[in-house]
Amino acid sequence: MTTLLEVNDIQTYIGQYHILQGVSFQVKKGEVTVLLGRNGAGKTTSLRSIMGLTPITEGQIMLNGTNISKLGTYQIANKGIGFVPEDQGIFGELTVEENMKIAMQKQDEATLNRLDKMLTLFPDLKTYWKKQGGYLSGGQKQMLSIARAYLNKNELLLIDEPSKGLAPIVVEKVMESIMEMKDETTIVLVEQNFRMAMGVGDTYYIIDDGRSVETGNMQELADNEELKRKYLGIA
Amino acid sequence: MLNLMINGLATGMLIFLLAAGLTLIFGLMDVLNFAHGGLFAWGAYSGVWVYGMTGSFVMAIVGALLTGIILGYVTERFIIQPVYGNHVQQILITLGLMLVLSEMLKVVFGPNQIVASPPDYLSGSWQLGDVVIIKYRAFIILIGVLVFALVHYVLKNTKIGLTVRAGVMNKEMVQALGINIKKVFMLVFMIGSAMAALGGVLLAPYSGVIYAEMGMDFAILAFIVVVIGGMGNFVGSLFAAMLIGLSGAFMTYYVPDLSLAVNMLLMAVVLVVKPQGLFGAKG
Ligand SMILES: Nc1ncnc2c1ncn2[C@@H]1O[C@H](COP(=O)(O)OP(=O)(O)OP(=O)(O)O)[C@@H](O)[C@H]1O
Ligand SMILES: [Mg+2]
Repeated sequence: MTTLLEVNDIQTYIGQYHILQGVSFQVKKGEVTVLLGRNGAGKTTSLRSIMGLTPITEGQIMLNGTNISKLGTYQIANKGIGFVPEDQGIFGELTVEENMKIAMQKQDEATLNRLDKMLTLFPDLKTYWKKQGGYLSGGQKQMLSIARAYLNKNELLLIDEPSKGLAPIVVEKVMESIMEMKDETTIVLVEQNFRMAMGVGDTYYIIDDGRSVETGNMQELADNEELKRKYLGIA
Repeated sequence: MLNLMINGLATGMLIFLLAAGLTLIFGLMDVLNFAHGGLFAWGAYSGVWVYGMTGSFVMAIVGALLTGIILGYVTERFIIQPVYGNHVQQILITLGLMLVLSEMLKVVFGPNQIVASPPDYLSGSWQLGDVVIIKYRAFIILIGVLVFALVHYVLKNTKIGLTVRAGVMNKEMVQALGINIKKVFMLVFMIGSAMAALGGVLLAPYSGVIYAEMGMDFAILAFIVVVIGGMGNFVGSLFAAMLIGLSGAFMTYYVPDLSLAVNMLLMAVVLVVKPQGLFGAKG
């Protein structure tokens, strides 16, 4: 399988803080790559660095073999990367419809089909189509954020902790959507919910203290009690 | 009574034209633009000049709009862009620009006040029973309403409008959706400047004279409006401008000494009761 995204020893500062001190990982086309690690490890910052929101100072970020780390955020997005941020990034005063419309780069049939698919998967979005995003529940916001990122023909989706704060039944729903999207795009998923990570992930990377420390096949991690205890705090 | 009201509404509209650009520029770009009043004055001078050259008030308005757009472009590109994200630098450099803009007016158009009057078809007044409506004031209100409706429509119904509103809420996410927010900034700045210049040229025949520092007086009112209406809130700026315009008209009539103080007081009360402004939704 070919490598779609290669993150190569990146260093990121936020203000004077040296947050990422050497994160590297490779994302194979068609896979779900899961970033794991305890709170404050640097998972969110890794995704934001890929998007150019917290630009890196060293290292490279290669998409399909071209270095995208010097580009602006909007250019990176236009290379075909969709982003579901940790806080979901919903525009609260815009309706669900408007939140979708602002993301829509084309109005072609493929885009409308993807929209249809998302509305079937998340009927709530259809129900609240004209409701302001700020009034949606946490789960609905998450659905909207995922649907919005999926709307354009993206090669890669970066999804930051979609299960955070959601009821188990909604987590199921979100998992289902990731399985659906997986057929068409490659996904990098930050996830603390181990069940969800196991359910959808192919390859894992553990990030600890701003560094990538372990990697392997998701199935193997399930049996590796020592790793889980050391880095993830689960027995 | 009614006359005072029309007076107040007309003044309110002029303040609105200035404040609307200011509030969008602040809300979207987080930029404090103290030079905005300078564009107002430049709109007045260039409009009056074009009026003198062509004899056409329509051309005067077009001239003022063009002046606003060009000055807005130059200001954004060369003055504002280098100081994004730094409020102190923004205040210093735009205050400096404000001074340069008004000095330039004196250099180009001379240091004295210039007299301006409305075209014949907008002079005089209508008599409706006991009520006298001055045509030019009605005209200002009409233009203000049209501009408000147009900008409001664009903000509500077009993709660029959505982008501006979204940008006020979350700039990062707008960019993460593949939109070049710098271009949007530039556009908003140019439109805001054009509105300020329009306000200036409309003010000229209303007040009868224009002078280089005219922008300052109105800019203060516009800043009060931005605060009362909620920073970044376009609809709020209309209502707040009307409030300031009306209270100004009534106060000048009844207790002239207190009119600016009342505006300050209004702002203080709003800041205490609802710090995000009367219409401010975001926290
Ligand atoms: N704006 C900021 N200013 C200073 N430090 C920050 C900032 N944002 C993040 N950090 C720090 O960077 C480190 C990594 O944060 P990050 O959000 O990437 O962690 P995370 O792995 O996503 O954690 P979580 O699981 O809690 O979401 C943390 O120590 C955090 O305190
Ligand atoms: Mg995080």
